[in-house]
Amino acid sequence: MTVKELLKLEEFEAVNIADDSRKIIGGYCGDLLSWVMGRAEENNVFVTIMVNVNVIAVASLINVSCVVICENAELSDELITAAKQKEINIIKTPLASFEACAYLSNLI
Amino acid sequence: MRKYYYDLHIHSCLSPCGDRDMTVNNIAGMGKLAGLQIMALTDHNSVKNLPSFFAACENYGITALGGMELTTAEDIHMVCLFDSLENAMLFGDEVEKRKIIFMNKPEIFGEQLILDKDDNVIGNEENLLINATTLSLQEGYDLCKKFSGVAYPAHIDRDSNGIIAVLGDFPESPEFSCVEFYNLEKREEYEQRFPAIKNKVVIQSSDAHYLDKIPDAKNYFEFEEGLSFEQIRKKVIEFLKD
Repeated sequence: MTVKELLKLEEFEAVNIADDSRKIIGGYCGDLLSWVMGRAEENNVFVTIMVNVNVIAVASLINVSCVVICENAELSDELITAAKQKEINIIKTPLASFEACAYLSNLI
Repeated sequence: MRKYYYDLHIHSCLSPCGDRDMTVNNIAGMGKLAGLQIMALTDHNSVKNLPSFFAACENYGITALGGMELTTAEDIHMVCLFDSLENAMLFGDEVEKRKIIFMNKPEIFGEQLILDKDDNVIGNEENLLINATTLSLQEGYDLCKKFSGVAYPAHIDRDSNGIIAVLGDFPESPEFSCVEFYNLEKREEYEQRFPAIKNKVVIQSSDAHYLDKIPDAKNYFEFEEGLSFEQIRKKVIEFLKD
């Protein structure tokens, strides 16, 4: 599926969209960014509750299709600004990580 | 000038993982035996044993520093130190308002005991102290600064709750003046991998949760001779902020 298709689902809301044509092939869920860096793959959806600005650095490094921030964790202006600069797709959802992954795994 | 040996990261029996023998007098006494002149008590998310710790250290002729090991919203451990007991207690009051309330289960995490200056138990903290607060790294840093304190990431060379393990890299902000290593032998490797930590003050402390983990004096500051406890406290904070 693409980021655009993901955003058609009512549980997922755009925060910053740089390129909604990005394809989502697989996913990785985690909050310890050192683990994510070593394990997530390009074109994954990266599911997390971590909202430190380093999320953007990691997302950019791995070149994930998008980041899904779960439980509507509060996003700082700093993170949103960094997402815009690095052109990272950021999507938020009220779902918990487990629920979001279960939901997404049926669609990818 | 003389050497003042320090350990700036010690837990008392108030910390859930702190041993029952980590009473304020045992800590100060062990510090004396180990040859330390400066000790900071840094329990997880609480300052409630600081007043008795100050009294115990004074008895042993050791300079007590008031502190806390704050668990930030990102689950990062950050050491916060203050130049006076009063400022540390005020900081503690603010952290209380930002805690995520979760009852302690002593059978799992251990008891969280509050002591008087003679090591008598005068209270039992009911809310778990080790879990994350709602203070982000930046908010915790700013709050510490507000009370004239210094905040720096704890044991950056460790996987559990170390800033690099959690964030994947050393962040540019907050602009930390200092970092704590658990194992100083890793310093060079870390400075190469994470250039952001170069030129910062480097501290090595024990993070002792058991009496026998308070090591013999090794790390020190150099200050003038004949300073009062209060002067030493101010010097240490100034040094760490620089």
